[in-house]
Amino acid sequence: MITRRNLLEIALKGTAGLALSAAAFELADPKKLFADIMSDKAKVRWVFLVDTYKCVGCGFCVKACKTENEIPYDANVTRTWVERYVQTKDGKVFADTPKGGRDGFITEKIALGSGQFKDIKKEDITKAFFVPKLCNQCENPSCVQVCPVGATYQAPDGVVLVDRTWCIGCGYCIMACPYGVRFFHPKYHTAEKCNFCYHRINKGMKTACVGACPFGARMIGNLKNPDDPVTKVIMNERVSVLKEEFGTKPQVYYIGLDKEVK
Amino acid sequence: MKNHVFRPLIVVIGLVMIVLFIRLFVVPKDFGVGERGYMYGWHRKSSEDDWKAFKVKYQFSPDYCKDCHSANYDTIMKSPHAVIKCENCHGPALDHPSDPLKLSVDKSREQCLRCHFPLPYPTSGRSAIRGVDPEKHNPGVECVMCHNPHKPGLGGMK
Repeated sequence: MITRRNLLEIALKGTAGLALSAAAFELADPKKLFADIMSDKAKVRWVFLVDTYKCVGCGFCVKACKTENEIPYDANVTRTWVERYVQTKDGKVFADTPKGGRDGFITEKIALGSGQFKDIKKEDITKAFFVPKLCNQCENPSCVQVCPVGATYQAPDGVVLVDRTWCIGCGYCIMACPYGVRFFHPKYHTAEKCNFCYHRINKGMKTACVGACPFGARMIGNLKNPDDPVTKVIMNERVSVLKEEFGTKPQVYYIGLDKEVK
Repeated sequence: MKNHVFRPLIVVIGLVMIVLFIRLFVVPKDFGVGERGYMYGWHRKSSEDDWKAFKVKYQFSPDYCKDCHSANYDTIMKSPHAVIKCENCHGPALDHPSDPLKLSVDKSREQCLRCHFPLPYPTSGRSAIRGVDPEKHNPGVECVMCHNPHKPGLGGMK
């Protein structure tokens, strides 16, 4: 029999249950997440900033990265790469990244793959620019979630690392990364990725790509330091990230990103 | 319960015990949940130090070269090429001058064309850099035959 007392009890519990499930299914609020990042105990959160207006596509960053991180120079894999985007008057977009941009872009012909090239006349170009890419060191890294053995993980400062001694080479993480930054190291046969030059940033140096860039198109900073020039730009200026819809909360911010950039 | 049920059960329990016993030795002692929780932080803690101990190759600090190569440093710092790092052309310093004793220089045409191949891209800094058509401008000759990369203006021509 339902008494007044247990009716109230049921009603209370029901209301509490509803509130709980609403919270559990709430969509990610960027402001709240940012607050979460800012509030946790670690003092460092490495982030990256790319100014695509400044990039000229020289490819010194890719060259330096491969040498610094011992990625076989002639193997067609790289931790960072530069993409070229050319949009023509008829609205078509052409993009290429020959050898990841390691040797720069020394032809106006766009590589379409399988030995095909597209010659675009100067008059037909509406906009054209370069976009450096690297690991986004996501706040919610999908590559880490799928690792079955705990070989890839997020360090306390936000950088996602791979334990070469523990990786079994299953390739799940390579499939899971929405940005395609992961590959197998040709020598170690383990998953490989950009780690913001973890050995350099922990010695107070800049990453190899940041150091190599003559134009200041690449910057690295600590999001938890409000005086960091990179943090100031991210907080006060118009920046965007790649593939926000995946919900991985990428931490490589871009200035001058276009909707054509994938 | 019958014996034919118990015997395989004992075998299974034994196998589980063996796996757990081997695991005790194979899994490193510092393996566990890190600061980022079970989902993102499950790892071997010393792996972080392994990466921190990775060898640095590039110095990328002009101060590193300045003291010994002050003449070249002063020249290039007065030129538009001041933004280019020494190691972009001279290669990673590693532990130079002790190891290696001498660095190799990239004098190839392709090295210069990285920036000086003209690409008329309106929304990129590239279009602001003066370029040459490599097929018409003294093809086959190293740029450094005539141009001084430390003093790239026409006044610095060899």
